[in-house]
Amino acid sequence: MRYIISLTLVLAALWLAISGVYKPLILLLGVGSVALVVWLSLRMEVVGVEHNPVLFSWRLPLYWFWLVWQIVVANINVGRLILSPGRIHPRMLSVPVRHKTAVAKVAYANSVTLTPGTVSLLLNEDELTVHALDTRSARELEAGTMAERIAWLEGSATEQK
Amino acid sequence: MADWIIDVVSWTLLLAGGAAGVIGGIGLLRFPDFYTRLHAAGVTETLCALAILLGLALQSGLNLATVKLIIILLFLLFTAPTATHALARAAMVDGVEPEVAEDDSEPTPGEPSSNT
Amino acid sequence: MTLVMVLTTMAVFATMGLALVRALKGPTVYDRILAVNVFGTKTVLVVALIAHINGHNDLIDVALVYALINFIAVVAVLKLTKMRDLAKAGKGDITDG
Repeated sequence: MRYIISLTLVLAALWLAISGVYKPLILLLGVGSVALVVWLSLRMEVVGVEHNPVLFSWRLPLYWFWLVWQIVVANINVGRLILSPGRIHPRMLSVPVRHKTAVAKVAYANSVTLTPGTVSLLLNEDELTVHALDTRSARELEAGTMAERIAWLEGSATEQK
Repeated sequence: MADWIIDVVSWTLLLAGGAAGVIGGIGLLRFPDFYTRLHAAGVTETLCALAILLGLALQSGLNLATVKLIIILLFLLFTAPTATHALARAAMVDGVEPEVAEDDSEPTPGEPSSNT
Repeated sequence: MTLVMVLTTMAVFATMGLALVRALKGPTVYDRILAVNVFGTKTVLVVALIAHINGHNDLIDVALVYALINFIAVVAVLKLTKMRDLAKAGKGDITDG
């Protein structure tokens, strides 16, 4: 029930933000489409399966700001490599994934792909195979800062072995 | 005064975004194999989109257009890694070999098998 | 102000041209799909920029919808090249996990 309410609220906010026309008929259509989408989601049995309330905390915006900063830094690095392509040093590497929930693992793999210089190729139970463009990107990934941040986001940093 | 600062910041963001796009495009042409080109495409899909959409959002001020621009930005940032990963996975399953530098200090892990 | 917008739009057009060259050159089908993906993302940015230059805020909705369609199109084309069939799912499907 909690998931249905949160889904309805998010969908209603999305409708209000995108529509921009607040007349009775349009609002009625909005209520109808929100109800339709919620009903379809219930029929597809995807409500509550894929969201983890742990990740929707005050830590998420902080993580996003940190990630945007990482993206900018990595972009400058890759931009310099593009202008002098002799320095690229592509290789494959594997890094351990110690997060417990699937959401945290996927968030980690997505963050790795989102920072240029590293692309995640394969995510197993406890290992992530990555293609790195140069030694610096590979070193930064192996240092594990991003994995620690995700663990902090997951809230299980203290429980790790 | 505040308007002036916002203008300068948004112009800087827009021009930086355009420059990032062109650099990524050059990388898309210059890099030697498919997997390195993924990184070049990453530059155009993250920094370019981020800077241009944020610059536009600053220009249009607080209204529904800004909300839509932010929604576009969030959507692009959520889907770009998914599309990149899907491409990399498909190429790997199909047997496109990455060029790996030979003089590596660490042993490279074997090619991940395609049937997982 | 308009000058900066136009310069940025030209830069994005230049990126689209470079992506188009890569899409035509190949060599693998995945290079082409990657270039088309970049082209689509840049289209979203161009539509947003033009919407702002002309003051037509409705065009931003077009950019939003194009962003959605672009992602789905890339995944669908990938699946089509892989499985030769959009409805089939099976071993080696790229959407595994």
